Amino acid sequence: MTRIDAKFEALKAQGQKAFVAYVMAGDPDYETSLEIVKGLPCAGVDIIELGLPFTDPMADGPTIQLAGQRALDGGMTLQKTLNLATEFRKTDQDTPIVLMGYYNPIYSRGVDKFLIDAKAAGIDGLIIVDLPPEEDEELCLPAQAAGLNFIRLATPTTDDKRLPRVMQNTSGFVYYVSITGITGSAEAEAGDVGPEVARIKAAGNLPVVVGFGINSPEKAAAITRVADGAVVGSAIVSRIGRGDTPAEVLAFVKTLADGAHSN
Amino acid sequence: MADDLFNSFMNGPDEKGRFGNYGGRFVSETLMPLILELEAEYDRAKDDPAFWAEMNDLWANYVGRPSPLYHAERLTEHLGGAKIYLKRDELNHTGAHKINNVLGQILLARRMGKKRIIAETGAGQHGVATATVCAKFGLKCVVYMGAHDVRRQAPNVFRMRLLGAEVIPVTSGRGTLKDAMNDALRDWVTNVRDTFYCIGTVAGPHPYPAMVRDFQSIIGKEVRWQLAEQEGEGRLPDTVIAAIGGGSNAMGLFYPFLDDPSVGIIGVEAGGKGVDDKMEHCASLTGGRPGVLHGNRTYLLQDDDGQILEGFSISAGLDYPGIGPEHSWLHDTGRAEYVSITDKEALEAFQLSCSTEGIIPALEPSHALAHVMKIAPKLPPEHIIVMNMCGRGDKDVQTVARYLGFDMSDTEGRETD
Repeated sequence: MTRIDAKFEALKAQGQKAFVAYVMAGDPDYETSLEIVKGLPCAGVDIIELGLPFTDPMADGPTIQLAGQRALDGGMTLQKTLNLATEFRKTDQDTPIVLMGYYNPIYSRGVDKFLIDAKAAGIDGLIIVDLPPEEDEELCLPAQAAGLNFIRLATPTTDDKRLPRVMQNTSGFVYYVSITGITGSAEAEAGDVGPEVARIKAAGNLPVVVGFGINSPEKAAAITRVADGAVVGSAIVSRIGRGDTPAEVLAFVKTLADGAHSN
Repeated sequence: MADDLFNSFMNGPDEKGRFGNYGGRFVSETLMPLILELEAEYDRAKDDPAFWAEMNDLWANYVGRPSPLYHAERLTEHLGGAKIYLKRDELNHTGAHKINNVLGQILLARRMGKKRIIAETGAGQHGVATATVCAKFGLKCVVYMGAHDVRRQAPNVFRMRLLGAEVIPVTSGRGTLKDAMNDALRDWVTNVRDTFYCIGTVAGPHPYPAMVRDFQSIIGKEVRWQLAEQEGEGRLPDTVIAAIGGGSNAMGLFYPFLDDPSVGIIGVEAGGKGVDDKMEHCASLTGGRPGVLHGNRTYLLQDDDGQILEGFSISAGLDYPGIGPEHSWLHDTGRAEYVSITDKEALEAFQLSCSTEGIIPALEPSHALAHVMKIAPKLPPEHIIVMNMCGRGDKDVQTVARYLGFDMSDTEGRETD
């Protein structure tokens, strides 16, 4: 059982839904980013999504594009991202970390070496946007064999015919992308999301968390009424981008977590 | 032709969209269903005589195909070696090879019921071709173009707007072709249900590399019969040569000759200021290594961390840090040779074409010509080189004037200080 599986079991036992927060590793710089990440569990975050900076984030809107650029400009790399996770693990052994990003930095390092290093750094799962089920042999299958969860994105265009393919070889949870679009753009409507979550849950036995377009405590609350968890990314990242202090960022995260946990 | 099917270089890609280890479908889940639908539709169209009848009619009457295969006598004489033919794809409607492919994709979009077309463009030639065909069929057209390219290719921007397209300057990254492609992909993810992404080169997720190659292969197919007409039945070129950014004009020329071992194949990459560790070039094969970007695995310019580097070239059309996956495979297998040419060498070739043949070439084929200038003098007169003159140079006149130190605002055309 991974930390992710354990987390969802514990939440279930408490009758709670998951609040997942996304931040870009190294944004705006390594030290500030580490301070924010270390504070996330106390702010009510159940699962941390740690963004791996990439020059060409094709599924991300301007907010996360700029965060990636800030991180890269500050010298962030895949190695430093793993270092950040390692430092975090010294203070927290329970909160799962999911690394979210694009394939090339991992491919460039070498998949086998990356998996050993990621596991050692205390990474629990991977969300790699540009690896659909058609490319499972690249990283998904090796990652599962190495004991990491490979979390799949399901989207509004994933129809019933395709859904089994998406559910196959996935573990941990399913990340439902609530809109056809990029991060931080349109707003998710809980009314549209509910039936989709039910459809995905029926296709497998995994928790379904919903992300993209959730930007307020109210939205987070509306989403966790119909799903197993809510992800907030751009709304947090934009506050880091405008120069909020870690304390201010974490206070905002707390309001989102309270929203997500209000059900 | 190859003795047995399994040794053929023309069987790719496989069912996973791979040419050897290259290619594939590295896209987000949102796009996957559409990409599978596109592949299925292309497979149907490929075997539909009605589809090709329409293509052939448009190629002949709208584009002006076949483009001439022209014996460049004075250039041949000047270089004093191999016999040089130019495949005149710069005479196509819209001035480049790009429209060969755009017509095919737009006919597919119509079959799929898509009403909105998006495209990325570097030099603007693919954007102009897409805007043109969209105007002809009454489709909405949105073109993403790096802000840097919008400035250096202003005439093409105005052309696209005249043709009714919306041109969106892309400011992310360094504002070149790579960034335009990122934003086009972001648009596609957002508007996936009604939008068709018309990719301009032999790159992107499967089936694009194969599909664009198939549409561009008209170039090489014509060269086969045209050369036979001019040089005698069965005469094949000894060398075919073309410039490569993404590599669509080159793939179009090369593909029909892949299984003819006597035909030497040379792709010319943009060497910018020189292929060295300063990375001021766009030579993915000579100066890069395999990676994953824009839906496919291929050679890329990247740093040690797998971050993509910005290329550099005088030619906006070659200014891309990747290359089509089939070229990566042809490179690794050794079937094709890839070389690079610097900005300076391309500018010399540009001027030679003007002065010896009265053809103002685009900066992209000027790179190919620069390599012809290097090899032709060492080859015997019976050696036939066919070079793809894939675009005309009207769009580049301002850039060249600036590099050569001519003041365009001075009607006397005097050199600046």
